[in-house]
Amino acid sequence: MNPTRQRRLTIVIAVLVAVIISAALVVYALQQNMNYLFTPSQVQAGEATRYQNFRLGGMVKQGSIQRSSDSLKVTFTVIDASGAMPVEYNGILPDLFRENQSVIATGHMDDGRFVATEVLAKHDETYMPQELKDAMAKAHAGKHIDEAANQDKAQP
Amino acid sequence: MANWIPLWLHKLSSPPAFYRFAGALRPWAITLALLLGLVALYGGLVLAPPDYQQGDDYRIIFIHVPCAWMSLFIYGVMGVAAFIALVWRIKLAEVVAMASAPIGACFTFITLVTGSLWGERMWGTWWTWDARLTSELVLLFLYLGVIGLYHSFEDRRQGARTAAFLALIGIVNVPIVHFSVNWWNTLHQGSTIRLLGPSSIAPSMIWPLLTMMAATKLYYVASLFGRTRTDLLALESGKDWVRQIAETEGRA
Repeated sequence: MNPTRQRRLTIVIAVLVAVIISAALVVYALQQNMNYLFTPSQVQAGEATRYQNFRLGGMVKQGSIQRSSDSLKVTFTVIDASGAMPVEYNGILPDLFRENQSVIATGHMDDGRFVATEVLAKHDETYMPQELKDAMAKAHAGKHIDEAANQDKAQP
Repeated sequence: MANWIPLWLHKLSSPPAFYRFAGALRPWAITLALLLGLVALYGGLVLAPPDYQQGDDYRIIFIHVPCAWMSLFIYGVMGVAAFIALVWRIKLAEVVAMASAPIGACFTFITLVTGSLWGERMWGTWWTWDARLTSELVLLFLYLGVIGLYHSFEDRRQGARTAAFLALIGIVNVPIVHFSVNWWNTLHQGSTIRLLGPSSIAPSMIWPLLTMMAATKLYYVASLFGRTRTDLLALESGKDWVRQIAETEGRA
């Protein structure tokens, strides 16, 4: 490699390394404070008190959806592993909104409730036909029965 | 040129050799791309079963995901070509880098539009400023920046080298787009197809997706070769080999 190319190679690599280091630092810094959402337990721990408006993310608790009969008002509870938060929303919900579905609600706290101005449904990265889902659910349930049977055997 | 580079590759990087090589391969690439694209569309829109959660709406994945892959892949190719162009000043590398930018920009645009349509149906919003969506938008702006910078110079080669610098710096955004769903809490779900470990998609749905991926790759090759050929002709317009082509093809 001749000296000119050598010099150009050094400059280009130096610039590239500098850019990569600065990008890595920016990404690292943003990971500390760029939160797209807070989970119910984070909110209960007071991590969201700095924000007037924020996003709340979690699962819709089974059996918690209550729709008003005369308006679009709906209340439900969003849960995560250890926390729960009642949510109130007045508007049209996305098609995917249902029990045990991940949702992200934007809004503010009001008297211990989260009043949402927007509710988005989040879906996971799994794609499969309904029959496969049913078969897997059956297999899963079967495993539970087996485990239960084994436990019964273990306790005479 | 360093002696570890094979002679055939060295020869191929000369404009007339690449012009002939690209001209010979281009019809094959475009035919295969069309065939595979049609097979993938039929497989994805007709043969693949509806999703357990999203029903038929998920079928936009067969356009959205291959285009998203291409938006990153083409940026990678452009970045490598830009690097070669900056260090070794190989004319072909400059041309390849600059010809890739509009194709990549198109794929990025399609990704954003189809993602927006899908998001409206499934999430309930056209757009949200989460890390994946924002970094993909930045990718589009990078492509547009490269195109704009290239055309803002009178001298094409100088423009190519300046724009190559932007292309090279922008390459840090590629891993950010890819890993954004792991690094931050995003509305966008994680990766479905994994190179390492099992993919979380049924076999009846994955084959049209992979076929479409092959089709978009071949389309990129065909489009890139077409653009490269015309750019090489324009850049080398004073040279003998171009004059010969003009004489033989002009008469035909």
